[in-house]
Amino acid sequence: MLVLHSQDELPDILPGQFVQVRADGAKNTYLRRPISVHDVDYEHNNITLLVQRVGEGTKAICDSEIGSVLNVVYPLGNGFSVSSDWKSVLLVGGGIGAAPLLYLAKVMKIKGLSPLVLLGGKTKNDIIRIDEYRKYADVMITTDDGSLGEKGFVSQHSVWNLREFDHIAVCGPLPMMKSVAAIARQKNTDCEVSLENMMACGLGACLCCVENTKEGNLCVCKEGPVFNINRLLW
Amino acid sequence: MVNTTINLKGLSLKNPVMTASGTFGYGEEYADFINFSDLGGIIVKGTTLNPRQGNPYPRMAETPSGMLNAVGLQNKGVRYFIDEIYPRIKDFDTNVIVNVSGSTMDDYVQAAEMIGELEHIPAVELNVSCPNVKQGGMAFGVTCSGIEQIVSAVRNVYKKHLIVKLSPNVTNIAELALAAEASGADSVSLINTMLGMAIDAEKRRPKLSTVTGGLSGACVKPVALRMVWQVYKAVKIPVIGLGGISNATDAVEFMLAGASAVEIGTANFIDPAVSVKVAKGITEYCERHGFSSVSDLTGALEV
Ligand SMILES: Cc1cc2nc3c(=O)[nH]c(=O)nc-3n(C[C@H](O)[C@H](O)[C@H](O)COP(=O)(O)OP(=O)(O)OC[C@H]3O[C@@H](n4cnc5c(N)ncnc54)[C@H](O)[C@@H]3O)c2cc1C
Ligand SMILES: Cc1cc2nc3c(=O)[nH]c(=O)nc-3n(C[C@H](O)[C@H](O)[C@H](O)COP(=O)(O)O)c2cc1C
Ligand code: FES
Repeated sequence: MLVLHSQDELPDILPGQFVQVRADGAKNTYLRRPISVHDVDYEHNNITLLVQRVGEGTKAICDSEIGSVLNVVYPLGNGFSVSSDWKSVLLVGGGIGAAPLLYLAKVMKIKGLSPLVLLGGKTKNDIIRIDEYRKYADVMITTDDGSLGEKGFVSQHSVWNLREFDHIAVCGPLPMMKSVAAIARQKNTDCEVSLENMMACGLGACLCCVENTKEGNLCVCKEGPVFNINRLLW
Repeated sequence: MVNTTINLKGLSLKNPVMTASGTFGYGEEYADFINFSDLGGIIVKGTTLNPRQGNPYPRMAETPSGMLNAVGLQNKGVRYFIDEIYPRIKDFDTNVIVNVSGSTMDDYVQAAEMIGELEHIPAVELNVSCPNVKQGGMAFGVTCSGIEQIVSAVRNVYKKHLIVKLSPNVTNIAELALAAEASGADSVSLINTMLGMAIDAEKRRPKLSTVTGGLSGACVKPVALRMVWQVYKAVKIPVIGLGGISNATDAVEFMLAGASAVEIGTANFIDPAVSVKVAKGITEYCERHGFSSVSDLTGALEV
């Protein structure tokens, strides 16, 4: 977990938007890395990120000393929709990919919604910050090995048989997002997913991050990262 | 006071720094970070006669001190540019230059002709060197006869400043620059990306959908610098240098090697305001070293 403090007042940040971070001076990495906004504290001008070490870029970010200055561009992308008309909303997250759902749940709660959060992971160690989510939502859990919550994938959780939803928001590994999108489509439920395509500029300038959609190749960094599944080809 | 203006055969730049095509969108994407009036020019995305969807994802892979891309000239075509984008960017307080690309000779000629009618576009940069399209593009750019054909054909229909952007994927870049000059180019810019490849060993797969792609960023700088030097010594028209410029010192090096102006590409991805910092830094360099005019840096290398 990383807390970024800004000297300036933070602009309005939407849930689902992301930042691009680079630990300048890190020798083995070149471009900034896209990371979702996990939480925002406007009072203290802080943005919280959850970063998983997968390679050199994320390692350099995670290894930054407390107090160091990072190269950060924010806020980027479009963000999840939030509508006060929705009576029941489900937020589904897998592993570290769940990161933006905390801020989404918080914003939904502020707008008077009571979202349900469904978190999935391989083992109980992958399910982090449950108590934070519980401030804003009821939390359900699945783990592949059954070490916490129901055993299995998020797409197999019992809630799917018990409840209907007006809207579903999903982020996490691609196969998991696709399986939830398939359920949403079957139930005819409005559903948004957050894509994690590889990015360079993050500003819609280089066209490196495109997703092939019904409207052709769209920049995930600018038109997304959040897409309604109706726009996607999956 | 250092005089920062640069005159590229009739094309006047406030300072020698421009942004490289494909890395700066249409400029608008960077409007939150810089004032366009602090730049010599912006060169917008590669534009083709007809719309192109580009190559499939993945199109990008990071490499040591650089990146590979295989965007493949995704753009909505020249008509869309003229109708939708030009009205939004024509009044930017800098030179807005269009990078023109194509698959056939006709594509280039028609696109350049259409752009030539736009009052607020003072120059086109002819991309005869893109490694990411199947036909045309680089095919024209790697032989002297290809360059001669395409440049003279465009020269016939395009009357304003014509920049020809050269490919580094050749054995003798000076010959190609001479061919461009002889066919009527007003200036040459170099280098475009270098053909490269990246592999994910764990998955035993290429990292790009196209297998090979174009290398750019800090890692290509020594090659680019050498080519600018070789071309500067060969031609009389101005040379625009680019390839891996990340800061003002890099830009000064290109000018010392013979560049009259520079373009900044991939570095915009790391710091969206880098172009303006480079422009400032070049002026500071001139102050420190007693150059009264930035243009005096061109070719001032002592060998
Ligand atoms: C909009 C968005 C939001 C994201 N939010 C978070 C977040 O909140 N927390 C977090 O830890 N990570 C997040 N990611 C993923 C994160 O950006 C990548 O893990 C990171 O770029 C990998 O960089 P690296 O140098 O550490 O790894 P590399 O050495 O570059 O790559 C290591 C592995 O990670 C994969 N990878 C590289 N780049 C990406 C990428 N952009 N997306 C997915 N996989 C990638 C590579 O294929 C490779 O297998 C997000 C990505 C996007 C696009
Ligand atoms: C993502 C990307 C897209 C590019 N698109 C174009 C293009 O459309 N036309 C072109 O002439 N060059 C294109 N280039 C090449 C750059 O303009 C430049 O020549 C090259 O990247 C070397 O400079 P740099 O190292 O400063 O980036 C592109 C480069 C990148 C990284
Ligand atoms: S990362 Fe450059 S356009 Fe999306």
